[in-house]
Amino acid sequence: MAVMNKKGKKELPAISTSSLPDVIYMILFFFMVSTTMRDQELLVRYKLPEATEVQKLEKKSLVSYIHIGQPSLSMQAKFGTAPRIQLNDSYKTTKDILDFVAAERDQLSEADRALMTVCLKADGMTKMGIVTDVKQELRRANALKINYAAAKSLGY
Amino acid sequence: MASNKRKVPEVNSSSQADIAFSLLIFFLVATTMNTDTGLARMLPPMPPENQQQEDIKVKERNLFLVLISGNGAIMAGTPNNQEIIDLRQLTEKAKEFVLNPYNDENLPEMKEEEFDLPDGSKWVYPVSQGVISLQTTRDTGYQAYIQVQNELTRAFNEIRDAVAETKFGAKFADLPEEQRAIVTKAVPLKISEAEPRNIKK
Repeated sequence: MAVMNKKGKKELPAISTSSLPDVIYMILFFFMVSTTMRDQELLVRYKLPEATEVQKLEKKSLVSYIHIGQPSLSMQAKFGTAPRIQLNDSYKTTKDILDFVAAERDQLSEADRALMTVCLKADGMTKMGIVTDVKQELRRANALKINYAAAKSLGY
Repeated sequence: MASNKRKVPEVNSSSQADIAFSLLIFFLVATTMNTDTGLARMLPPMPPENQQQEDIKVKERNLFLVLISGNGAIMAGTPNNQEIIDLRQLTEKAKEFVLNPYNDENLPEMKEEEFDLPDGSKWVYPVSQGVISLQTTRDTGYQAYIQVQNELTRAFNEIRDAVAETKFGAKFADLPEEQRAIVTKAVPLKISEAEPRNIKK
């Protein structure tokens, strides 16, 4: 009998997959913790300028974004390639910033309003003219805490 | 009795992995991982519109002008002594201006101020009265502007690091919150961002 068994059972036993869900759950939890929800679709293209002394932007709930750059490829047929300002989900002009800041501020609680930060995400090739217009408008809207978004680089 | 003996069949868990996979893929698609980084600044408040705009008088020795031209060239210096410099020289020039190490008459005044340390003692530090004024034209590229802002931030960060090292014996970033606030007051980030000059072509 013993000889027969050796000859008959040469196959390897199947690898147990019962712990596969646990592994996948672990990866899942990792992603749930370390990522943030994608909140808006970008209508402009930008490559952020690079800087070395950048700081992390804290408390995402207090941050509002203003995107400045060329319209994205699919929109260029309609809107051309001149730099545009994107607020929320559409192209806007500098005149709309006042309303935008007011709306964003309304969403925050009373205590957090002073801490509201506006993050300027502008393409490196943008001219300062449009950026300055936005800044003047932010001053008028009394949103004085700003952040120039820049990618971390290692220097020269 | 007979019904008690019947075993409840085990739930088939072979599709659990598939469920977990689909959840995983959902999170992979719907979230982003990049953290936002940037240079933090405070804008000056807008003066009331009906009020006559008075220029705040700053002594000439307390002013350091940095001009960025349309093609990215940088001119920097005190109002009477400006020169065209390279981006890499800017940090050193800004540091020299803010610290005024040799008590030069053409570089900013120092005003001794007293700070209350967390342990109750007092600390007197000469706070520089220098203001760095950053001006651009409307044609200046944003990249050049950010690079200059970055160099100026680096100058202030290096000064803060040096002050923190001599006073508290640690780097600025490693200090506890209260000490960091004191160093920030001792070395304030004074960068004024004026409106761009309209240069007609």
